[in-house]
Amino acid sequence: MNESDTVDRQETAVTSDAIESPLLEVDGLRKEFGGVVAVDGATFSVAEGSLTGLIGPNGAGKSTTFNCITGIHEPTGGQVTFDGQDITGLAPYTLANRGLVRTFQIARELSDMTVLENVMLAPGGQVGESVVRSVTPGLRGDVIKDEEGVRDRAWETLEFFEIDHLAHENAGNLSGGQRKLLEMARVLMTDPEMILLDEPLAGVNPTLEEKLLERIHELRREQGLTFLLVEHDMDVIMNNCEHIIVMHQGGVLAEGDAETIKSDERVLEAYLGGDV
Amino acid sequence: MSAVDSVRDRLDALPDVGLVVGFIAGIWTIMLLLAIAVGGAEWTNLAVGFIGSVTVLMGGYAILALALNLQWGYTGLFNIGIAGFMAVGAYTTAILTAPTDPAAGAVPGLGLPLWVGLIGGMVMAAIIGGLAALPALRLKADYLAIVTVAFSEIIRLVVNWDGLAEFSLFGLPVGTGGATGISFKSANEVASGFINGIGQPLVTAAESVGVSGPNLANLTYGLMLLGVMGASYWVLARITNSPFGRVLKAIREDETVTQSLGKDTRLFKIKTFMIGCALMGLAGVLFRGQAGYVSPQQFRPTITFYVFAALILGGSGSNTGSILGAATFSGLLFYLPARLGENISFGGTRAPGNIVDAVAGLASLDPLPLLAYTVGNVSTLRFVLIGVVLIYIIQNQPDGLLGHRNEPATSVSLDRSQAGPGGETDE
Repeated sequence: MNESDTVDRQETAVTSDAIESPLLEVDGLRKEFGGVVAVDGATFSVAEGSLTGLIGPNGAGKSTTFNCITGIHEPTGGQVTFDGQDITGLAPYTLANRGLVRTFQIARELSDMTVLENVMLAPGGQVGESVVRSVTPGLRGDVIKDEEGVRDRAWETLEFFEIDHLAHENAGNLSGGQRKLLEMARVLMTDPEMILLDEPLAGVNPTLEEKLLERIHELRREQGLTFLLVEHDMDVIMNNCEHIIVMHQGGVLAEGDAETIKSDERVLEAYLGGDV
Repeated sequence: MSAVDSVRDRLDALPDVGLVVGFIAGIWTIMLLLAIAVGGAEWTNLAVGFIGSVTVLMGGYAILALALNLQWGYTGLFNIGIAGFMAVGAYTTAILTAPTDPAAGAVPGLGLPLWVGLIGGMVMAAIIGGLAALPALRLKADYLAIVTVAFSEIIRLVVNWDGLAEFSLFGLPVGTGGATGISFKSANEVASGFINGIGQPLVTAAESVGVSGPNLANLTYGLMLLGVMGASYWVLARITNSPFGRVLKAIREDETVTQSLGKDTRLFKIKTFMIGCALMGLAGVLFRGQAGYVSPQQFRPTITFYVFAALILGGSGSNTGSILGAATFSGLLFYLPARLGENISFGGTRAPGNIVDAVAGLASLDPLPLLAYTVGNVSTLRFVLIGVVLIYIIQNQPDGLLGHRNEPATSVSLDRSQAGPGGETDE
């Protein structure tokens, strides 16, 4: 039942499947906005290399949980552990550099920059991010060499998501679905270990949805990436995620595989409007 | 296609250097034609005078617009305290280089060489810029604007304050001179020293065709400023066409996303703000302190808005656009109307004393009084013109002359590498 490591996990009321090697652990996470408690003691883990789904009715605290994990909000209480290290309240850029990145619910492309620029921005620790190196004549050679590598990787990534024909287009001119692909391409360029996807399939047509899911599975298989997916589409979650976390009123209501969740009375009640 | 679009298409076809040279040459030609038209026998001297003055203006505004473009155009840092950072640079240089034994009544300085003063001015402007940015960077973008405008007024009031007019720094007497200002050896004196020394044959030749020495020195100084502008452009182009510049653009577009992609945006913003302020400080001394004298009146907030006007005209986000905007603003909107007003007369019609009398002429279908009045007061009315042009640009061409261009922030060609994945060759 319990993991082998010694992390002191608060026992929750839910029956939790054993998670062999958790990459991300959230323990008693709490976030208050003024008098509103958006997240109230959420506790769950995400196994390394898994595709975990996070669902829950509107206002369950999914997005706030995401924002607390990724450093957009500072949690009021609780602990977040990533790869064995306490990351609670760290800034987004620190997390990204450690391999934990996210996409946004509404695709946030950098609209006045080209698709290629968007993607080339992402890799961390680029030599040319230093002013001195970019300006000084003798040192700019390194910048150029480094950037050629970034550019080639960027093209490969765009090809992977089949948006390379849009490379020189301003990102603002892309369609909704293409923006979602661009977001995925961009976070992938940071060379992450784990990607948090906030409703990546919202407003995406079925063909594109399939394409996106295909890519996610391929990245898991071939690069061992871990995904945590927030999604409203139940079918998508049930058919793709081997582990599902259900949130309700700021806490974790149920956890387990698709069958467990489907047969859980409390989940049905929460979704069909029991005590809200 | 509107007239502006066709102008744009023609601009797009030119390489950037050609564009800038063409623009400046065009404005010089206008000045030359004006001098020929109104100068009579002295047209050569008048032409050199006009061209010299307009070149100084263009150079000064171009450096300022480039600096603002880095801060606002690229990074979205809304700095409306330009005048203040110019004052910091100009005053620091003045205090460092003013003679230790000044003329009676003037404020002494440290008597250091000019190049030390210029570097000191830039460094100090960068430091003050960094200080101004520090508290504001924790807040939303709009607060930076409020902080900078407050800073700039505080700086102007501090240098105006007679409490600092003359004081002792480590036993050396220095000061700001308070409201009376401070005199120092300016870069302009270096330019006229140069032209009157090595350039003596040139001066003699110029004088033989009626061009006065001071006018020639002024033109030389203007060309020097264009040189500084070129150097600034070179540095800024390298800063912006790099991964660093890419992060700046990303901050302007969406700071949260940029942070989520692993960039510590605060560091990027502070560095950018300091570089921009250093350049503003340099412009402060080279442009406003041209005559070897600075006083608080030269650093009123209006200059900040002129620089914004120049940048909006040229297209924020484009370095080349910044220069074109500065040239258009200072040459065509600021300088030319004033010279036209001085030199155009309407035969026997004298300008009426006020606008009511001027309009009254229209009742008898005589437009001359109104025309004469308009031309006579063009120095004031050109500000109305600047306003009208700005409103037109913002409504109809918000990208200015070149802001619509796609200038990717990178040091390499972005075309797909032919060598395939992992290939090393470009093209």
